[in-house]
Amino acid sequence: MVDTPLLRVRDLVTSFRTDTGTLRAVDQVSFDVPRAATVALVGESGCGKSVTAYSILRLVASPPGRIESGAIELEGRDLLQLPERQMQAVRGNEVSMIFQEPMTSLNPVYTVGWQIMEAIRLHRKTSRRQARARTVELLGLVGLPEPATQVEAYPHQLSGGQRQRVMIAMALACEPKLLVADEPTTALDVTIQAQILELLRELQQRLAMSILLITHDLRVVAENAREVVVMYAGRVVESAPVSALFARPMHPYTRGLLESVPRGKPTAQRRLRTIEGMVPDLRALPPGCRFADRCPLRIDRCVLEEPPVAEVAPGRLSRCWRAEDVQPQAAS
Amino acid sequence: MSENRDLFQPATTAPLPHDEADPEAPATGKPRTIMATESVGKYFPVGTGWFGRGGRWLRAVDGVSLRVRRGETTGLVGESGCGKSTLGRLMLRLLDPTFGRVIFDGRDVTRSTQRELRPLRRRMQIIFQDPYSSLNPRMTVREIVGEAIRIHKLAKTRGDEEARIAELLEQVGMRPDAMDRYPHEFSGGQRQRIGIARALAVQPEFIVCDEPISALDVSIQAQIVNLLIELQERLGLAYLFVSHDLKIVEHVSHRVAVMYLGKIVEQGPAGVLYAEARHPYTRALLAAAPQADPQRKRVHLVLEGDVPSPMDPPTGCAFHPRCPRIVKGTCEKEVPSLDETARGTGHRVACWNPHTE
Repeated sequence: MVDTPLLRVRDLVTSFRTDTGTLRAVDQVSFDVPRAATVALVGESGCGKSVTAYSILRLVASPPGRIESGAIELEGRDLLQLPERQMQAVRGNEVSMIFQEPMTSLNPVYTVGWQIMEAIRLHRKTSRRQARARTVELLGLVGLPEPATQVEAYPHQLSGGQRQRVMIAMALACEPKLLVADEPTTALDVTIQAQILELLRELQQRLAMSILLITHDLRVVAENAREVVVMYAGRVVESAPVSALFARPMHPYTRGLLESVPRGKPTAQRRLRTIEGMVPDLRALPPGCRFADRCPLRIDRCVLEEPPVAEVAPGRLSRCWRAEDVQPQAAS
Repeated sequence: MSENRDLFQPATTAPLPHDEADPEAPATGKPRTIMATESVGKYFPVGTGWFGRGGRWLRAVDGVSLRVRRGETTGLVGESGCGKSTLGRLMLRLLDPTFGRVIFDGRDVTRSTQRELRPLRRRMQIIFQDPYSSLNPRMTVREIVGEAIRIHKLAKTRGDEEARIAELLEQVGMRPDAMDRYPHEFSGGQRQRIGIARALAVQPEFIVCDEPISALDVSIQAQIVNLLIELQERLGLAYLFVSHDLKIVEHVSHRVAVMYLGKIVEQGPAGVLYAEARHPYTRALLAAAPQADPQRKRVHLVLEGDVPSPMDPPTGCAFHPRCPRIVKGTCEKEVPSLDETARGTGHRVACWNPHTE
């Protein structure tokens, strides 16, 4: 049991119908989330990372979205095969999710305590009193000051950081095995971001919970994840343990992402390295590698033929014909 | 506004005018400072009673003296609600200051009327954070960029105007055939380029960049930062670069100021400020910013609590309730002044117990 991952996503395909054709937002995505560890799913807007998260909870709005194929196995059980009723018992119970904007994901007309109690009573047979006591305990656990009083607070009476703490308390209400965190700190200030990330690390240790951390910020990944999965235009392009990935990226896109973030002292020219160009339109994908037109290592083959995902080193996957040729990033 | 001026005095007397001597006068003979504020403040009324009485005031900016030099970037860092965007808008006179002065190119524009400001508006511009809401979706790129050219009568003929728009688009790295398309046809990064082209249309000397990259993807952020630096070098632009991202600010700025609850708590040349931050808040910000280095030893210097409300700022030093270096009996009572750490360094800190090394 120790070695089997908690979550296995295999060949997941999620598509959306649009006025101008169907596009695959998530295209043959596979990765694992080990027990009691954090995996980061990284990529820029439109890469499919959030759709992957919503697919895991089967929360993709349908129509226009549709999970077409693949498997999402939680402890060996394929969530995609479960009837909706059973899926409801998984959601918020075994797998919970927190979102980027805590203001829009809390109901403004109920107190935060009421909303957490609802989550508890939905999944557990408890009395009102017990649920309330548990709610106060949870709010204390996530570090909300004066939990016994704040239980009566409405979302608008709390700050952004406090609201995110409430969201986390709600997500933890039933001690989930997996917490899916979709950009949990993007809307917050740096000092508050640091507080929330620290809280997540603490809670993970305490509750032995797995976290799927979805983010566009590699800096957040560096200090908070064990494994990293990088997505580009619906595909997984690289996955690796975090220190290996930062030391030596094996996909040119990962390298580009790492280099666009300033590190160390600025140089005299003050220029940042960039990835030129833009993400391709998912409705008109090139036949070859999806990153080819922006890639500094492009060869003819890249334009003609899409590379498969290959194991390029033990525990490391890359979808690149020239994975071996990606140089470690320059200092600066 | 004038009645407000009598009502409010700046809570501190900020050092007037600035410190660091202007060493060499530029060859052009123009003053080196293009934009300066002197103890400027902006209080907003909230929850007014009868006839506006009995209401409370939100002190968004509270006695700030800051300047931006020609061809240079002054970075302004702080968390949301610290007043950094308000300060940018005060400089552009998009907001009227409650007290203090705004000096543009050596001229006091604090009380200038809209009519007097019009010729100056050409010389100062702003780039907004959100390239989605700051471009009119019903206008083509040609109309968006050309509007200011027409208002300020900067082109003689339609042909001139078209050539100028094409040139501007090229300057920001876009093809001239973008001209007849609408904003929704472009990605966030390209829209930000259109916003920059619009700002450049009137050949400004000073631009407030208000969180210009925080809504963009990482790989696009770097493109826009490089474009801004390039344009600065080519056109000699001065920027006030407002951002919450310390690392980016370090990259683009010559000088940096850190704001907390409406006041500058530390400022100085970028290299010095980042290497030798003295204020506990600056240190906390630097420690809290995540770094792209998995080997870094995690710093457990996480600030407790939230930023207090600017409607009801703490007494004394506004940072004292969260400060790890508080001196009991002083910090809660007295407002520290923004003093130079050593003469002539231009590094200033407002703290009763600053870090020393």
